Amino acid sequence: MNIVVCVKYVPDATADRQFESDNTVDRVGVDGLLSELDEYAVEQALQLKEKLGEDTEVTALTIGPEKAVDAVRKALQMGADKGIHVSDEAIAGSDYVATSLVLAKAIEKAGSPDVVMCGMASTDASGGVVPAMLAERLGLPQVTLASVVEAQGDQVRIKRDGDTATEVIGGTLPLVLSVTDQSGEARYPSFKGIMAAKKKPMETWSLSDIGVDASEVGLDAAWTAVEETTARPPRTAGEIVTDEDGSGATALTEFLASKKFI
Amino acid sequence: MSEVLVLVDHVDGAVRKPTYELLTIAKRLGEPSAVFIGEAGKAADVAEKVKAYGAEKVYVVDDAQIKGYLVAPKAEALQQVAEKVSPAAILIPSSAEGKEIGARLAIKLESGLITDAVDVQEGGVATQSVFAGNYTLTGKVTKGTPIITVKPNSATPEESAGAGTVEEFAATISDAAKTAQIVASQPRKATGRPELTEAAIVVSGGRGTGGNFEPIEGLADALGAAVGASRAAVDSGWMPHSFQVGQTGKTVSPQLYVANGISGAIQHRAGMQTSKTIVAVNKDEEAPIFELVDFGVVGDLHTVLPAATEEINKRKG
Ligand SMILES: Cc1cc2nc3c(=O)[nH]c(=O)nc-3n(C[C@H](O)[C@H](O)[C@H](O)COP(=O)(O)OP(=O)(O)OC[C@H]3O[C@@H](n4cnc5c(N)ncnc54)[C@H](O)[C@@H]3O)c2cc1C
Ligand SMILES: Nc1ncnc2c1ncn2[C@@H]1O[C@H](COP(=O)(O)O)[C@@H](O)[C@H]1O
Repeated sequence: MNIVVCVKYVPDATADRQFESDNTVDRVGVDGLLSELDEYAVEQALQLKEKLGEDTEVTALTIGPEKAVDAVRKALQMGADKGIHVSDEAIAGSDYVATSLVLAKAIEKAGSPDVVMCGMASTDASGGVVPAMLAERLGLPQVTLASVVEAQGDQVRIKRDGDTATEVIGGTLPLVLSVTDQSGEARYPSFKGIMAAKKKPMETWSLSDIGVDASEVGLDAAWTAVEETTARPPRTAGEIVTDEDGSGATALTEFLASKKFI
Repeated sequence: MSEVLVLVDHVDGAVRKPTYELLTIAKRLGEPSAVFIGEAGKAADVAEKVKAYGAEKVYVVDDAQIKGYLVAPKAEALQQVAEKVSPAAILIPSSAEGKEIGARLAIKLESGLITDAVDVQEGGVATQSVFAGNYTLTGKVTKGTPIITVKPNSATPEESAGAGTVEEFAATISDAAKTAQIVASQPRKATGRPELTEAAIVVSGGRGTGGNFEPIEGLADALGAAVGASRAAVDSGWMPHSFQVGQTGKTVSPQLYVANGISGAIQHRAGMQTSKTIVAVNKDEEAPIFELVDFGVVGDLHTVLPAATEEINKRKG
């Protein structure tokens, strides 16, 4: 069985994330890493491999600038078998639609896997839409936002905590699967894993390798345009009181009353 | 004037508040039409509700062939309605499911998609709040029919009489769309409190509660608020995941957010930073949550909250 896990390289959420002058996300000036939410996807891919046997191959796939290879490398260190990095200047500034196109084409070239595994959302764009777009493009069942994944033979069942109900969703392989941060802690790369990763196969593909025309992707081809980005004005420092013998409760009540919340 | 499609957010025909917000926004862009994908027998009730917020037409897609499957059939049905009426825009509630419907629709209609809008103005200019609320973006769809998913609380619903004309719409659902089956479904139990994403006031608890949410619930009830939780509280099994506020939980933007025993990690901030007024109770004066607050109490939530709740209840008389 083949699993392709889509991993994104994102600016570190704990750093000062910012935009470039063309309103695209600054992916170079800010330290980046494998999106934390995609670590859960790598983990579930590895657990599927453990359940389904050694002949299962896990390929980590990323689309992004040169440094994005770090995201794949981390997945390899965690235990993925192979890496693919799709990198092309023309991709910069792509929106979801173009990103999902490039991913879909790369997935096809990677040999139409049984499971396309994704995170629930990327930590920078946090759209949570790429997995559904991949299912649409690849014509595969969409079994997304799993907090629990169960697989048996060619059947996959997940638990999905929806807005108004908790559901069990079932699908038959091949399919697109996405997992949430409720699906179980991701493993840390072991020293052995880090050493082994250095010898694992890694391919770098350009757009022409996957048969995508440069005019279909990138900022100019995007179907949405960002007009303005504005940093949120810093919050004005609030009033902070220290509770002593009940004074905190009184001050809190006064504050809430002054704002007409009571 | 062109129609603007609004996908009705409902549970078994009971219309949820974001629908009215979307209809209110739709009026800025054209003539609001509601699309109800649900049990046809409930269409008249739904029409009655949505016409009070300006829906001129109500397209009814019976869900007999749709409800057993995840997302894809709904996207297909919406595509067919859109192809028939060529709307000026399509507005969808920005729930997890709504975003996935929008995602598939964007590919089907070859149209741009904007997710998680917190405002949409004339001309389809959408505002988004990104990077944990640290940046505001404005943008537009530049290709096809703008598809915009809109977060709850992005507009104040404005009543305005529409015709509410019901039109049955026979959608054709392909077998290819019926591949992810809903095998079982457990509706969420009602809490008797306001819906987290819709509430004007949210009172949240974190690891600092030590698992005792009584002080949180007491204050919430005194204020008529919804209850929220940090991921630490959810991961500890103290509260269900549906209560989680933050990057991987719900985003809330209430008039008042009260964080108790919550340190204020970036992932938590991502879900509450745009609240109008922020209050925190935390025994550590160095807790990062205090950087955000309009008012903060350094103290033990187990004493401060019950005392404040008592004073509030007394004031209310
Ligand atoms: C990928 C990812 C996604 C995440 N998504 C989310 C998310 O959606 N939502 C979320 O909340 N977190 C999320 N997190 C976790 C986040 O990083 C923090 O770990 C979490 O928010 C911490 O919860 P907390 O503030 O309750 O706990 P802590 O950080 O442990 O803080 C507890 C606070 O309680 C205070 N305290 C203790 N006792 C008392 C008392 N008696 N009275 C008053 N104060 C007291 C302490 O001083 C401390 O400040 C995510 C993390 C990752 C990696
Ligand atoms: N550039 C990318 N490279 C690889 N995978 C991606 C990329 N963008 C998104 N994904 C995958 O799609 C998921 C959802 O992303 P998003 O829709 O952007 O929130 C992520 O968790 C990844 O699994």
